[in-house]
Amino acid sequence: MTSDPGSERPSDGERGDDQAPVDPGVDIPSRSDRIETRARRWDVLVAIAIGGVLGSEARYGISVALPHPADAMPWATFLINVSGCALMGVLMVTITELTTPHRLVRPLLGVGVLGGYTTFSTYSVDINQMLAVDRPGLALIYVVITPLAALAAVWLGANATRLLASHLLDRRECSDDSS
Amino acid sequence: MTILLIALGAAVGAPARYLTDRAIQSRHATDFPWGTFTVNVFGSFILGVLAASTHRLDPALAAGLGTGFCGALTTYSTFSYETLRLLEGRASFYAAANIVASVAAGLGAAAIGLAVGTAVG
Repeated sequence: MTSDPGSERPSDGERGDDQAPVDPGVDIPSRSDRIETRARRWDVLVAIAIGGVLGSEARYGISVALPHPADAMPWATFLINVSGCALMGVLMVTITELTTPHRLVRPLLGVGVLGGYTTFSTYSVDINQMLAVDRPGLALIYVVITPLAALAAVWLGANATRLLASHLLDRRECSDDSS
Repeated sequence: MTILLIALGAAVGAPARYLTDRAIQSRHATDFPWGTFTVNVFGSFILGVLAASTHRLDPALAAGLGTGFCGALTTYSTFSYETLRLLEGRASFYAAANIVASVAAGLGAAAIGLAVGTAVG
C-alpha cells in the first residue's frame, strides 16, 4: 500500500471497513523506491489536474448556457451535480468491481473530471443568496432535493452498471454453454 | 481569458482536494469522510467571500477563483459516492450524519464567507 500511491484511493471512501488508513509516510523506502514513488505521485497529480480542468470547463459551459437569477432555481448546477453523481456511480463500479484499469484512470476521471465537474461550493452559496433575496421556500426545496437526487443518482448509476454487467456476463455464459 | 483562468484555477483546485483528502484520511481511523467534508466546507467559505466581492474583482479573475478553483476544490460526486459507500457498508448513521453535517457546515461556511466579503468591501 505504501509503495504505490497511485493505486491507493483514499479520495472516495474506498477503504474497507477492516482496513485502517495507512499513512504513506510511515516506512522509509530505498532511494530508488523514493524516486519512483515521487514520479508516480506527480503523474497522479497531473492526471487529476488535467481531469479537473476538463470537468470545470464543462461545468462553466453548461452554467453559461443555462444562467439563472438569484431568485430562481439553479437548474444548471442541479443538473451538473446530479449527472456527475450518476456518472460517478457508473465509473466506480466499472473500475473497482468489473475491470482492473490503468492506475491513472481513477485520478483522471473520478477525482479529476467528475470532481471538477460537480461542485459543492456553488450549491452552498446559491442557497445563501436565495435567502438573501427572500426566497426561503425555494432555498429549502433546493437544499433538500440536491443531496437526495445526488444520492439516488449515484445509487442508480452504480446498480444499473452492476445489473448490466451481470446481464452481459449471463449471456456470455449461456453462449459458452451452447457452443 | 476567462476560460484560461478557470483552467488555471481548476488545475490547482482539483489536486488540492486530492492532497487535502489524503492528508486528512490518513490521520484518523474512522470511516467518516472528513477529507471531502473539509474541502467542501472550506471551498464554500472561499466562494462566499468571492461572491460578496464580485463588484471589486475583475470578472475573469472571479471566474478563475470561483468557477475554477472553488468549483474544482469542492465536489458533489465524491460526497454522494462516499455516502453511498457508508450506506452499502451498513453505516447508515454515518451516511445520514455526512449529509446533514456537510450541508449544514457548507451553508454556514458560505454565510460566514459572504459576511466577511461584505464586511471587507
